[in-house]
Amino acid sequence: MLQLGHDQLLGAYRRMATIRAFEERLHEEIKTGEIAGFTHLYAGQEAVAVGICDQLTIEDKIVSTHRGHGHCIAKGCDVKGMMLEIYGRAGGLCKGRGGSMHIADLDVGMLGANGIVGGGAPQAVGAALAAKVDGKGRVGVAFSGDGACNQGTTFEAMNLAVVTRAPAIFVFENNHYSEHTGDAYAVGTARDIASRAEAFGMKVWRANGCDFFDTYEAFRDLLEHVRGGGGPAAIELDTERFYGHFEGDPQRYRGPGEIDRIRAERDCLKGFRARVTGAGLLAGAELDAVDAEVAALIDAAVAEARAAADPDPATVADDVYAEYH
Amino acid sequence: MAVMNIREAILSTLHAEMERDSDIMLLGEDVVGGNGTAGGPEAIGGIWGTSAGLWAKFGPDRVIDTPISESAIVGAAAGAALAGKRPVAELMFADFVGVSLDQLWNQMAKFRYMFGGKTRCPAVVRMVYGAGMQTAAQHSQSVYALLTAMPGLKVVLPTTPADAKGLLTEALRGDDPVMFFEHKALYGVKGEVPEGEYRIPFGQARMVREGGDVTVVACGRMVNFAEKAADKLAADGIGVDLIDLRTTSPMDEDAVLDSVEQTGRLVVVDESPPRCSLAADIAALVAARAFTSLKAPPALVTGPHAPIPFSRVLERAWLPSPQTVEDAVRRTLAFR
Repeated sequence: MLQLGHDQLLGAYRRMATIRAFEERLHEEIKTGEIAGFTHLYAGQEAVAVGICDQLTIEDKIVSTHRGHGHCIAKGCDVKGMMLEIYGRAGGLCKGRGGSMHIADLDVGMLGANGIVGGGAPQAVGAALAAKVDGKGRVGVAFSGDGACNQGTTFEAMNLAVVTRAPAIFVFENNHYSEHTGDAYAVGTARDIASRAEAFGMKVWRANGCDFFDTYEAFRDLLEHVRGGGGPAAIELDTERFYGHFEGDPQRYRGPGEIDRIRAERDCLKGFRARVTGAGLLAGAELDAVDAEVAALIDAAVAEARAAADPDPATVADDVYAEYH
Repeated sequence: MAVMNIREAILSTLHAEMERDSDIMLLGEDVVGGNGTAGGPEAIGGIWGTSAGLWAKFGPDRVIDTPISESAIVGAAAGAALAGKRPVAELMFADFVGVSLDQLWNQMAKFRYMFGGKTRCPAVVRMVYGAGMQTAAQHSQSVYALLTAMPGLKVVLPTTPADAKGLLTEALRGDDPVMFFEHKALYGVKGEVPEGEYRIPFGQARMVREGGDVTVVACGRMVNFAEKAADKLAADGIGVDLIDLRTTSPMDEDAVLDSVEQTGRLVVVDESPPRCSLAADIAALVAARAFTSLKAPPALVTGPHAPIPFSRVLERAWLPSPQTVEDAVRRTLAFR
């Protein structure tokens, strides 16, 4: 089994559990009507964000998607700041201007969630080219779904990364739904996104995105390749989306019992717990304690966000341009 | 007359026109929905409910679910139109025009002119626009001014169910590319819709009301805001000429100029930032062609020069409102 120490394992569990609790709580809070706009939940895909971001440094850059909360938490964004942002409060990570779809925190290398499908991949190549100039072995990572893999921007970004030998990493999270359409219909390469990246001339990996350890190990090899100057690489992760495309999606495209089945068979948190307790690496009580801490954190974040002040309407046109002094 | 909302008017027009003309095709993201899933096709019928039942009736060759690929959607519509069909491309959000811009700007808009008038490109690009639902900076924009500025494109913004039917029918019968804007906050607006064939020629504004004291020009959802303002002003004896442009390209310049020549006062309401906006365009038209009629400077009611924010209070601060329209009318009338 993977050679991860006690603290690393517990930390990974904490981050995955935080993402899950954050999203499940949002699913409930959205029903109250206090949170408007579009919210796309990441629950089910936690092993991908954490299995990857746990191996990145704060200097490595990621670009995210409309389903970005998991990437934000995994990369180190402040959970309370995120909750405040999703409530549109002045104290939010983006001062309430961005909302769920546009959370960013450049201080932790999170260059932004993105409301445009396929909008991020070229930016990750840009971050990778910047890293190449700096010469410190940093990487740029693009998270994309099976929807974004069909955008021209993604194709162009992959080719640009290959021809410039940029240390860019394309992470394709295949949750099998681009919005409300199945990947069996929308992705022409027979449910195989990695083969597209391969065709552009980069090395690819494939892993079970509902298994933290499988994801972690595959990405460890990939990262060694990219940091070692091997050029860009891609990884396709077979994962699951536990909720709809957006909150409020009636999900009529799901088969009977589909969500119950994926929650029973492909829950990365349950799998992680079984694995680490079975191998005697972590005790069930330790994980329970993390669950309790995470629940308290999310409770506090929601309470704080609900009570927090709205932005001052007079600031509506601030921050359009940089300030010069 | 049947009473229905704008969503139903668009859907029923698509059904009727596709039945009448087998050259009409529809393509876009999730216009069917559920393809490649256990739930099966037509699980959605479009996230806005404007394509329900079309796939079942007209089949997968004419009702095409596309991957998320806006350049390809709009470009394929351009090509199908050149090849003799009448494609309707749907952009789930008008903001995604940004992804597909080349196919609109350098391609579709210019074919006829570049090819010496020998081609026609009867493509309709339906797109869902507008703020007010906290959909934030990349899902709220009203990009009609951008497309109005492109010679070769026609730009249509219905505000009533009857206009939705009449203008969409006209778009589907014409031979030019038409950008058809559907405001996400207007889909539920109900009204009477004429039965049978109903077409509204482009470039013909709708005079919503005549009051004689001040001319208010608006389009899309801003017409509704202006109506609310006009109701309040009417209670104080102030009469508003309210003009719904319906189409910004071509634009009914005469309707605007004729009214301003009578009232001498102009307020333009535009759901967009102020620079190079429709509001600025109309103010320039009036300044250039009705200068001597003006008794006050034109008042432009727009958003600020800023993207659209997510927060409820900031989005409200960004958007024009019935109150800001009313205030602008009063300021214009108070000018001496």
